[in-house]
Amino acid sequence: MINNIILAGVGGQGILTIAAIIDYAAMQKNLFIKQAEVHGMSQRGGAVESHLRISDREIYSDLIPRGEASIILSLEPMEALRYLPFLAEDGVIITATKPFVNIANYPDEKEVLENIKKTGKKVQFIDAEAIAKEAGSIKTENVVMIGAAADYLGFTKKELRESIRAMFSSKGEAVVEMNLRAFEMGIEYSGERKTENEKC
Amino acid sequence: MVKEKELLLGAEVIAVAAIDEGISGVYAYPGTPSTEITTYIQQSEIAKQKKIRSSWSANEKTAYEAALGMSYAGKRSLVCMKHVGLNVAADAFINSAVTGINGGLVLLVADDPSMHSSQNEQDTRFYGRFAFLPLLEPSSQQEAYHCVRHAFQLSEDVKLPVIIRITTRLSHSRSVIERTAPVEANPLNPETDKFKWILLPANARRRYNALLEMQKQLTELSENSIFNKEITGTGDFGIIAFGLAYNYVMEINSAHQLNIPVLKISQYPVPEQKIKAFCSRYSKVMIAEEGYPIYEELLRGFFDNGKFTGRLDGTLPRTGELSPDALAKALLNKTNVTQPVPEIVANRPPELCQGCSHRDLYEALNIALESYENKHVFADIGCYTLGALPPYNAINTCVDMGASVTMAKGAADAGIHPAVAVIGDSTFTHSGITGLLDAVNDKTPMTLIISDNYTTAMTGGQDSAGTNKLQQICEGIGVETAHIHTIVPLKKNLEENIAKLKAAFDYEGVSVILACRECIQTLRRKNSKK
Repeated sequence: MINNIILAGVGGQGILTIAAIIDYAAMQKNLFIKQAEVHGMSQRGGAVESHLRISDREIYSDLIPRGEASIILSLEPMEALRYLPFLAEDGVIITATKPFVNIANYPDEKEVLENIKKTGKKVQFIDAEAIAKEAGSIKTENVVMIGAAADYLGFTKKELRESIRAMFSSKGEAVVEMNLRAFEMGIEYSGERKTENEKC
Repeated sequence: MVKEKELLLGAEVIAVAAIDEGISGVYAYPGTPSTEITTYIQQSEIAKQKKIRSSWSANEKTAYEAALGMSYAGKRSLVCMKHVGLNVAADAFINSAVTGINGGLVLLVADDPSMHSSQNEQDTRFYGRFAFLPLLEPSSQQEAYHCVRHAFQLSEDVKLPVIIRITTRLSHSRSVIERTAPVEANPLNPETDKFKWILLPANARRRYNALLEMQKQLTELSENSIFNKEITGTGDFGIIAFGLAYNYVMEINSAHQLNIPVLKISQYPVPEQKIKAFCSRYSKVMIAEEGYPIYEELLRGFFDNGKFTGRLDGTLPRTGELSPDALAKALLNKTNVTQPVPEIVANRPPELCQGCSHRDLYEALNIALESYENKHVFADIGCYTLGALPPYNAINTCVDMGASVTMAKGAADAGIHPAVAVIGDSTFTHSGITGLLDAVNDKTPMTLIISDNYTTAMTGGQDSAGTNKLQQICEGIGVETAHIHTIVPLKKNLEENIAKLKAAFDYEGVSVILACRECIQTLRRKNSKK
């Protein structure tokens, strides 16, 4: 068993927080982890990605081979498309819908979403920012995304909740509760979307 | 001691291994992808308890020499830098192979193939050969732990500095590692052999011969090293995989059950007998190196017999870091067919942060230069190199640490006016001061702008050696106080700053502008702590 996850975003959006929460769950189960990150110049508002690999056997490559990622989990819609060559045939795209516009030639927002739909992959769009605000703080956006992806990460929701608790416990119970709320809302929202999609 | 498991970056693994192996000090100048090693030690509670010295050095050369001094005193020291940093430290480094060491000295160099955050992709293994020193090149985070621990012992056994070469991918990738029992630091035990340490030609010749004689023993150690191992397989085709390349080879070899025999090399000088024996068994051998095709070139030799493939014949890409995909293409003759990146996806290059002082400086600089016909801005290495990109397009050069000052000087000597240098505070103290002294001594008509944000920003906000000292440094080496001006790069000061810049350009001698405002990132971090 190996789960290859591409985490995508823009430098400063905090994809490593998502990675850290998944890592914690993997470590509790004594799984092997490799997590390649981008440090340095690109962290200044550039495109950043993390290759997260979790397995019950030794992992050799720090990088995911093309076509072998089971998920692209992106905090930004255009960034979800950037790593498309890594996605497996039956892979899933889970992406926040709000564009992060820090370049003059950012493409038309609707066209970006159309392109994601056109991939023919299973897609989940999440208005993570709005949900995070509702959960109590825009800072919980990453945890909303984990909720939205919860079915695909290889861990039970209980295991992920424990990770979130461990991750934020040093910041006090109120912060833990807020993040758990964000997680549940992410799950709920993606569930609603799924039923909607099924109806269509 | 209970074996504890930790999820660490490759760089952090180097740090914990060095702490466990009893170092008394780490010396370094920040540089991607090596910075996190020293940062980890600076923040480690255990390192604090053990009183391991860890503050930043002014540059890689001062770092290396201080590490050598600690070794002279009998203690173990680690010195860390990025690949191009070794160019700066090369004088000390090459000569330390001739002196040899006393306490264990390990030089950790982090190379950056594909130039994710660098100007070139030079391969430190060349420096290993150049200096005749042993070099370890781990293929995984766990192996990096063992390599560092072994390197200090090896260094003291052979009385030579030992190099560890990692690359970006290992340094910036996390994995779970297990630590083993720590050892105590060495006691103070200064060297007494002056013949060894005073490199007068007579001594140096003797020492150099001794170094060359050591090579046989070093090769012998590599023949028996646990880091060099053979993975058996079938068929008439074998692969020699060096360092991290081993991971990519094994990813494809195991995922596709190719069962190709592999010789993994992680300790240098290379084990010649092992390589000869391996190559004699197969009619074709692929050489996979994460870096320059150094050993491929050597194995092919002048009279290339067609036995070897690798980066030189296009089986693997000639430049950049390797990847599982590059190996899949070489070994399977195919890569997974996947969806391409849609054309709509735009590049998203890095940019100066919103609110960054360099933005306001470049805005003022561009306007101040508008009226001059002949304007050239010589910039340097740091966040402010991003002034090369739109909307500023403000700089003409960026070559190496400190080159802004001296290139502006040379260009001014040739007749360019205004010749403007832009350098950051940390880069100025790293390698800019001596260049400024040259300009002062020549009364060169040039303007040096030190964009002082009180930190080493590009690598994440490390302490900067010149903070609160820049005015005195410039005065101390002879810049006239009347021609050192401080500006605060803010929108509200735009007109005033333009005027001061223009006045500086028009002075027929060395003028310095100190553009001072705190880095927006370090300021934010300080405020959020409050």
